[in-house]
Amino acid sequence: MVQVGNIASSAKPRLPRGVRLVHNEAQGGWVLLAPERVFKADAVAVEILKRCTGEASVDAIVDDLAKAFVGAPRERIHADVVKLIGGLADKKLLEL
Amino acid sequence: MATQHAAPNPLGLLAELTHRCPLGCPYCSNPLVLDQRADELDTATWARVFREAAGLGVLQVHLSGGEPAARRDLKEIVAAAREAGLYSNLITSAVGLTPKTLSALADAGLDHVQISIQDSEQESADHIAGYKGASARKRALAAEVVRLGLPLTVNMVVHRANIERIEQMVELALSLGASRVEIAHVQYYGWALKNRAALMPSREQVEQAVAQVEKLRAQHHGRIVIDAVVPDYYARFPKPCVGGWGRRSINVTPAGKVLPCHAAEVIPGLEFWNVREHSLSDIWRASPAFSAFRGTDWMQEPCKSCSRRDQDFGGCRCQAFLIVGDAQAADPVCHLSPHHALIADLAAVREDVAYSYRSS
Repeated sequence: MVQVGNIASSAKPRLPRGVRLVHNEAQGGWVLLAPERVFKADAVAVEILKRCTGEASVDAIVDDLAKAFVGAPRERIHADVVKLIGGLADKKLLEL
Repeated sequence: MATQHAAPNPLGLLAELTHRCPLGCPYCSNPLVLDQRADELDTATWARVFREAAGLGVLQVHLSGGEPAARRDLKEIVAAAREAGLYSNLITSAVGLTPKTLSALADAGLDHVQISIQDSEQESADHIAGYKGASARKRALAAEVVRLGLPLTVNMVVHRANIERIEQMVELALSLGASRVEIAHVQYYGWALKNRAALMPSREQVEQAVAQVEKLRAQHHGRIVIDAVVPDYYARFPKPCVGGWGRRSINVTPAGKVLPCHAAEVIPGLEFWNVREHSLSDIWRASPAFSAFRGTDWMQEPCKSCSRRDQDFGGCRCQAFLIVGDAQAADPVCHLSPHHALIADLAAVREDVAYSYRSS
């Protein structure tokens, strides 16, 4: 089990094979597709997931989001990122 | 029976590519009268169906059968699904699927593989499948799936012969490298209905199995996802079959008939349309079979005024017909059904008779 507090800032999250983020007009937005599962991704989740390429560290993702969304406090962004990543890793939808 | 309900966007397409299968599992959900090879849809038609499905909002296609690998054009079919933008899930027995074909499917964009395993004990597994050596071949192909980096789900259909080995079966799935395991209690349709007395577990076995799954879920949290299909003959409420009739999923048979669920052909009087004559969009929105039980207008009591009617949609229409003789009745699995006692009577019929294996 992945403990949310234990995600290293150097971890480089990525979507594993078999998990894809796609845009679908008829379903009205972005969805995360996984084995026998479909998750609607809200605007925040989409911004985070697009950056989970396996190349950027958690820290780098948070920095990038802080630059893109001026005004949002870094701690808040960090908390959102860690919560989403931890939850998805738990469901085997993200690799760290 | 036209209804005023507008069709929602479907999410999933079950593409039954063929009814041909090397295995003879007695719980097979295929119909007793199988579509013949000569009547199967060709590659181009499947590709069109996939494009039309994606246009309707379908996100995932489940390539099923029978055994999909019995089709020589499986690679082209997978590629067509990918090209249509669909997430593809191969539901295979693994028998007749070579490592070479699997690798080609991975290259064609296959997203996920689901392999059925009949038991953790190989001899029993082969007996259930009606195919000597099936178990060893399944394990070998599972290793190939993992080696290629594809996510693997192991599907285990549970019934009286294996229900006491759920823990061992989950251990097996873990050792094969599966990221997900489905513990699916037999649903009694098609060949499974024919074999009901030979497959039915006891209430005690089912209660232990349900508790076991909960325990294993907690124990393996974060290592493997455990999904369970409920044993509905022992439930108080019915399953929300296919997530509601004509609401989330579409089933296309090998010969191109479009069904709201794979068993729907057992209900007499429903008119099914075929993709050879209609677009999938027309079928989804306007065909008589899809309109028949969409929404809640068709319901009788106790469903009509039930607070759960938008949650379980009256349960399964096929089961209502098969057991009560009325497809508009409440699913008799529901304890509110006036016919609920029939379910307990049927579950009490358990006989250790030889399986009636499905033929191909």
